[in-house]
Parts: sequence; C-alpha cells; structure tokens
Amino acid sequence: MATAESGACVVARDVARGHISAEEVLTEHLRRIRAWEPKVKAFIRVMEGDALGAARAVDAKRGRGEKLGRLAGVPIAVKDNILVRGVETTCASRILQGHLASYDATVTQRLLAEDAVIIGKTNMDEFAMGSSTENSSCHATRNPWDTACVPGGSSGGSAAAVAAGLCALALGSDTGGSIRQPAAFCGVAGLKPSYGRVSRHGLVAYASSLDQVGPLARSVADAALALSVIAGSDPMDSTCAAQPVPDYLKELEAGVKGLRIGIPKEYFLPGLDPEVETAVRAAVEVLTGLGAEVRDISLPHTRYAVSSYYIVAPCEASSNLARFDGIRYGRHSPQARDLGEAYELARGEGFGPEVKRRIMLGTYALSSGYYEAYYATAQRARALIKADFAAAFQQVDLIATPTAPTAAFRLGEKTEDPVAMYLSDVFTIPSNMAGNASMSVPCGLTRSGLPIGLQLIADCFCENSLLRAAAAYECARPFPMLPEAPRA
Amino acid sequence: MPGYEMVVGLEVHVQLATKTKLFCACPTDGSAAPPNSRICPLCTGQPGTLPVLNRSAVELAFQTALALNCQIAPVSVFARKSYFYPDLPKAYQISQYERPFATDGWLELPAGEAPGKRIRIRRIHLEEDAGKLLHAAGSRELDCSWIDFNRGGVPLVEIVSEADLRSPEETASYLKTLKEIVQYIGASRCDMEKGEMRCDANISLRPAGSTVLGTRAEIKNLNSLRAVKDALAHEFQRQKQILDSGARVAQETRLWDPDRTATAAMRSKEEAEDYRYFPDPDLPPLAAGAAWVNELKAKLPELPAARRARLRKDFGLGATDAEVLTSQRALADYFEAAARGRRPPAAKTAANLIATELLARLNAESLAADCARINPAELGALADLVADGALSSRGAKTAFAAMWEGGGAAAEVVAALGLAQVSDDGQLRAWVAAALAANPQALADLKAGRSQALGALVGAAMKLSRGKANPELLNCIIRESARA
Repeated sequence: MATAESGACVVARDVARGHISAEEVLTEHLRRIRAWEPKVKAFIRVMEGDALGAARAVDAKRGRGEKLGRLAGVPIAVKDNILVRGVETTCASRILQGHLASYDATVTQRLLAEDAVIIGKTNMDEFAMGSSTENSSCHATRNPWDTACVPGGSSGGSAAAVAAGLCALALGSDTGGSIRQPAAFCGVAGLKPSYGRVSRHGLVAYASSLDQVGPLARSVADAALALSVIAGSDPMDSTCAAQPVPDYLKELEAGVKGLRIGIPKEYFLPGLDPEVETAVRAAVEVLTGLGAEVRDISLPHTRYAVSSYYIVAPCEASSNLARFDGIRYGRHSPQARDLGEAYELARGEGFGPEVKRRIMLGTYALSSGYYEAYYATAQRARALIKADFAAAFQQVDLIATPTAPTAAFRLGEKTEDPVAMYLSDVFTIPSNMAGNASMSVPCGLTRSGLPIGLQLIADCFCENSLLRAAAAYECARPFPMLPEAPRA
Repeated sequence: MPGYEMVVGLEVHVQLATKTKLFCACPTDGSAAPPNSRICPLCTGQPGTLPVLNRSAVELAFQTALALNCQIAPVSVFARKSYFYPDLPKAYQISQYERPFATDGWLELPAGEAPGKRIRIRRIHLEEDAGKLLHAAGSRELDCSWIDFNRGGVPLVEIVSEADLRSPEETASYLKTLKEIVQYIGASRCDMEKGEMRCDANISLRPAGSTVLGTRAEIKNLNSLRAVKDALAHEFQRQKQILDSGARVAQETRLWDPDRTATAAMRSKEEAEDYRYFPDPDLPPLAAGAAWVNELKAKLPELPAARRARLRKDFGLGATDAEVLTSQRALADYFEAAARGRRPPAAKTAANLIATELLARLNAESLAADCARINPAELGALADLVADGALSSRGAKTAFAAMWEGGGAAAEVVAALGLAQVSDDGQLRAWVAAALAANPQALADLKAGRSQALGALVGAAMKLSRGKANPELLNCIIRESARA
C-alpha cells in the first residue's frame, strides 16, 4: 500500500483503487513535514487546510464512483513562482509579499484537473535568481542529506521537499539549471523540458526565452507521469509548442538498448570534482552495460555558455521585473512623496541584492550604445551553442555529463562570490541556451554522503529518450531514500 | 531675408477596429465603459501573464499597409519598448522596432492641395496602447492620479511618413486622405475626438531651394485636422524667428496646446529616454505568408481614389460631387445604390441631393449614411422625377424633407403634397393665355424685343399655376406667343 515513500505513480494508483484515501496519504506527508520542516525549511507556505479540503474532495469524488485523474490524491509541492489562485505567490521576494495570485497557472490547472493535492509553496532563490536557495527573502532552505549544506537552487525548496518525502512530487522552474542542479544536490530526479514543451502561463517570468517548468520526483516514472500531465500546447502561451504529448510513462518501457550516448569532452575539465567525475563515468558504464552505445563528442562553444547566459538572462529579467513598481500590486511605500520616489522605494526595499545586480546588468547591456556589444553578441554565441547541439544530435541520441561540477556546497560558502555561484550552473546552462531537454538523476553519493547527479541531455522534444535512459539506469542502480525523520 | 520651406513628416497612430485587445480577449469598447471594467490579468501586467497575438488585429494592420501600397515584411518582430510610467503596467510597451511589418508605401494626395503628389510612407508598425491617467485636481492633500486600464492593450498601428510634406495644407490633406482610406477599408473608425487617430509631426525649416534638412522639432498632441494646420503654421513662425535671428533650432519634443494655440517644449534631445528595445521573447516572430497576404489584398474594397474616378466616368459626376460622395464609404455606397440603373441626369440629381440635403441631415443628426432615414432607392426615384421634369428642384427639396421626417415613397409624397410639376401643354397654354390677357403692356414690350418683359410674364403665369407650372415650358410657350 502507498506510503509517503511510494511516490506519485503508486499513490495515484492506490488512491484510484481505493486502497488508501487521499486524506491518509496527505496526513502521512504532513507528519513527515512536521518532522523535517523545522530543519530543512523547504516551504514558504504549507497549505495544510487547503490541501486537506482538496484531498477530501478527491475522496468524495471516488465515493461518488467518478473516475479519478492521473494524479489522484498525489501531494504536490509547487515552487513559489508558479501561481495557485488565491494563494500568496511571492517568488521569495519582499516586493510581492502578500500578493495573492488572481488566477491559476496552466500547469496548476493541469495538476488540479488530474486530482492532485497541492500541499504547499516551496522556497526558492528570489525570482529564481540563484543556485543555493540562499537568495530568499524568507529564509534559507537546507539540504536534507546534510543540513549544513545548501539544497541547490533556485528550486531548492522543491528538491529538498521531494528528497525528504514531504511531498510525492514537486514542480520547479529551470532557467539555467534551477531544476537539475538542486535535483542533483538533493538526490532526486529533475527534468527540464524542451523550451515550449510546457506552458509558462502563470510562471512568474525570470528570463522568458529560457524559463521552463518541470517536475522533481523521487523516481523517473514519477517525473514521466508529471510531464505527461503538464506538457502540451496552451492558447495562453504563444511560445508553447503544438507538438503532441506522448504517454511518457509508456515510453519508459523501451529501455536504453540501442540509444547512442555522447560524452562531450568540454564537460570533463579541471575544476570538475574527481568524485563527481568518477560517479558520472561509472554511471555511463552502467548504461553501456545495459546496451547503450557510447562515443566521445565535442560541443566546442560550451565555454561561451555561462558568459552569454549572464547577458541574455539579466537583459530579459530587467524587462520582466520592471512591472514590479508597487503601483497596482505588491510592495508600495507610503513614504513616497512623488512618482520617482514611489518607484525607488518600492524597488529599492522590495528587491534583494542578487536581483538588483541582475536588473542592473541587464539594464546596462540593453542600453543604447551597448546593445550590440552585449545582447546581440550573446545572441550570436547562443546560436553557436545551439548549432553545437544540433551537430551532436546528428551522431547521438543523448549526451551524458555531470549535472554540477561538485556536490552540494555549504551554506554561505559562495554567497560572497557571485561568479563562483554562477559557475555552479556551468553544465546546466547550455541546455537552456539551446532550448533542448535535459534531466538530472542521482548517480551515487560522495564519501561524505552527498548525492551526485548525472545529467542527460536530449534533442528538443525528445524527452522520451531522456526518460528511457534515466529509468533504465535507475532500475540498475536504485538510489536510497531518506528516513522518516532527520537524524538527531 | 531668405524665404523658408517647411519640411514635415507625420507619425500617425490609428486604433484598429477589432473587438478585442491586441494581446488578450478583453473588449476594446472601454472608452465608453466604466473605468477598469475592460481589464484582465494580462492588460494590468499581473505576474505570469503572456501576450497572445490577436489575428484580426494583424489582418486589419496588413490591410491598412496594403491599401497604402506598402511592402509586407515576410517576418516582422515584436520588441519591448521600456520606460516607467503608471499607465504602462508592464513598464514596457509591446511594439515593433527594427523589423516592422510594413515598409515603403505611398499615398497620393487628391484634388485640392498638391493634387497627385505622392507622399511616401516609411514604415508601419503594430503596437499596444497604454492606459489612461486621470488627474484629480483638488486640495494638495487630495491631489492624486487615477489609472484606467480599459484602453491598455488596445491595438494601434503607427504609420510613419517620409518628410515629404511641405505645408500645413498639404499635411492636412495627407491626414484627411489617410483617414479616408483607413476608414474605407474598415480598419479604424479614426474618430480623432475619441483618440482613435492621433498625430505627431516632425517639422524643420530650410532655405527655399535647399535640399539639406534643418534641425527638427517633434510636435505632439495634434488631435484634429485643425490642430495640425494651426500647430504647423505656428511652429513655422517660431522656427523662422529663431533662424532669422541667427540662432539654431533645438532638437526637442514640443507639445501643442490648442487653447493657447502655441507649442511648448517638453523635453530636449539630451533628455530623450533610452527605451532599451529588444525582441520580445514572449512572442514568436510574425510570419506573413504570401497566400495570407494575397487573400487579404483580394478582400480590400475599392479605395477612395479609384472609386472617385469610376463614379466620374460611370455617372458623369463633377470633381466636387465625386469628392464629397467618396469621402465616406457608406455615402458612396448609398449613392451607388440610389443611382443604380438610372440615366445620367437622374444620377447627377441623386448626387446633388445626397451631397446637399442628405449630408446636411446626416451631419445634423450624427448619423452614418447607412442609417439614413430615406432608403437609396426612394432617393433615386425622387431624382428620376426631377430628371423627367415632373418635379422642380425646389419641389425635390420639399419632398426630401417630408420623406426624411415621415417616410413614404417619392411618388406618393410628391402627389400627397401636390408638388408635381405641371407640364401638360393645354393647361400651360391656358395659364399663359390668362397671363398675357392680364398684362398687355408686357406683351407689347416683349413683342417690341424688350426681352426683360419675359420674366414678368412667366412670373404671372407661374402665379396663376400656384407655382406648379414647368418653368422651362412656360418660357417656350410665352416666347412662341410673342412671335405670333
């Protein structure tokens, strides 16, 4: 019977069959939240009351003999930059404190339509800008594997909540690695869909041409199930593709045999933690053993990814975040004596330092006279990165790399050095720049007991290849789960 | 003292006549609705919202460009224009910048000022309107501003001309012609009073004969044809004085104040904002396939200039009548419905009745021609009676007024009011005989060759007929009698 360890597929199946009620499933997760949350602080808001109502509604629906959805009774945590109607949505920023979402994001609608139970809003780096969930105006989240370490970011709350079993599934958003890097740090599966695979409507935009919503889960099957539910075209998002959505869960059964996997030499350079390298190479061996064909490849423009990302993303962010002016909603300063002061005070007090840094970077790079040198050049670099992947996917079906150069680092370790923090996303950023699909699956622990992530990258809209390989690996090398409560 | 030539280019914003806004499903009828009753999360800039392009706005925009002889770009790109202002909820306006959807068009000026002159159109782009700020004036404590977002997100096209205009009159003619075309194709109502058509002018002066451009000022807030003419005339004088004094014209933006009939400086070039344009990542580039563009082109109605020429040719109308009738599509439609199948004299009479009587009534009651209270076929029938000599033109006016007020068929109204003109030879001769008998001296004068006596005799016969006699026939019979 389903328990808090079971994960989404088992919970949905057992609730649909009536083996367990949605309320019992929820209660068990709430119990784990009470045990773990004081140490981990994965959530900004646990929606106990709303969730209980939703779980009971699912049970009542079943009681009436109605067919239940694909996520029946599955407790899902949602990153705080995804709108849930009527619920405070802050993006972990002071500027949106008290802001109630006036509508449901498309992904939220799709979860609810499948009878999911939203259990809470998870912590994040403010406006998804960061790699450690330390840039939150609420509090820092800690890694449940070692609470002295960060959970990664920016979807650190979602990753920590899934890892500690505080929910069966979570949604995050990934702009430069914000699903995959925390998934790697917390030992869970995290999938960044191809750009356009999932609607961004109701995701508070950070960098519109890079943002994607995706699942974090304790199993590849759960991630596949979640993707099947949230993917697909949306009349509210013109960048969302009309591509048909396969049943990703069914696709998993195909296995890894016959898939060609490329190993890009640019991802295995000095600076990569030897423990991480060993684990990733061992994982590739496992895939080879399962029938995958492995070959060395090159993605020569990888080295431009981080620098061009830190032009494109801040440019878009400076524009996307301009709407937070304190006039229609959000933080407004009563001290303001005129319009200029109203803007300065709302934004000056409302945004944290990393957000301000990126807004200033972007504003500068888009300024008249600098646009060509920065934004236009970065777009050219982006085109080269895309072309690298296009060439690689002529030869291989998947690319395997480490998700991050190291395992989770300690709180405070990189907060004083933004560039060191930025480099934590060096392996995940290229996939956002190219718009293809990628995911992280756990591939072992360091000697000190921290999870390591294997990143798999597939061509646009080839999520099924990712999931096939990841599922085959997971089956061969099951990853442990954390206990019911933290070690004392 | 050298003479100066005025060089003007216009930027005209036209609100497209769509049912919904450019990027969301909110209705566009917000100017008549309570404030903030036509808004949604998107057009108030709520977090997480994304623009979705309105296809019918694109089609109206493309048709506008096609009617103005522009090239439609196979791919155009939406860009964000960033600036902070409370009426701009996202703090950027979605517009087009480097790659507008249309370029390289022209418009030909009609009869009047510089007839036949082609004014080139540099570009047309599609963009969203901002909200509206309402300033509540009161005590200092109560002094505040309100924002109405009903207008926010309403679709606009900005039509930018080359600096081809040379006088206030020419500029007004361009604007009037542009307005006619845009109204004709149904792309906008262009009601300037309601802000559905707004105009900024770039104006500079140069010595007559020179080909070098002088420093320009941009004049904003030109919201009527009158304002355009007045502001340009005023700005010409202002810049002329500066140049005559040997000083330089500053490149700046000036605001026209119609009450003071003066422009005032708004901001200089140094203060010009940096809008930080960049392609909007939320909107894919707009692809204009040839098939789609051709289909839209085929759907365009006959444009005013072509229709004017056709009406003159087909119905023998004079330039002025043709101009008046084609100034509104509905009026021209009305005329064609009235004139259809009638002989040229009747068509001309119909044109005359429409240009005078009908237009006066429509204007007085603020009606469009398709809401006229006399249907075109009956107006045509009325014109037939005049052309056939059965009704005088004065009688036609009386009948028209009666039909407008009370309805009814032309023949019935004319009969009921006894307006029919008498052309019966026997009856006319009886009136003439009586008039001659009563005025022997006048008859004698006429016989002696003093032709001014004719008028008196016609008048006398007309009086006997109580105004119903056909004056031309009376004339003939009296002349005939004098010769006998």
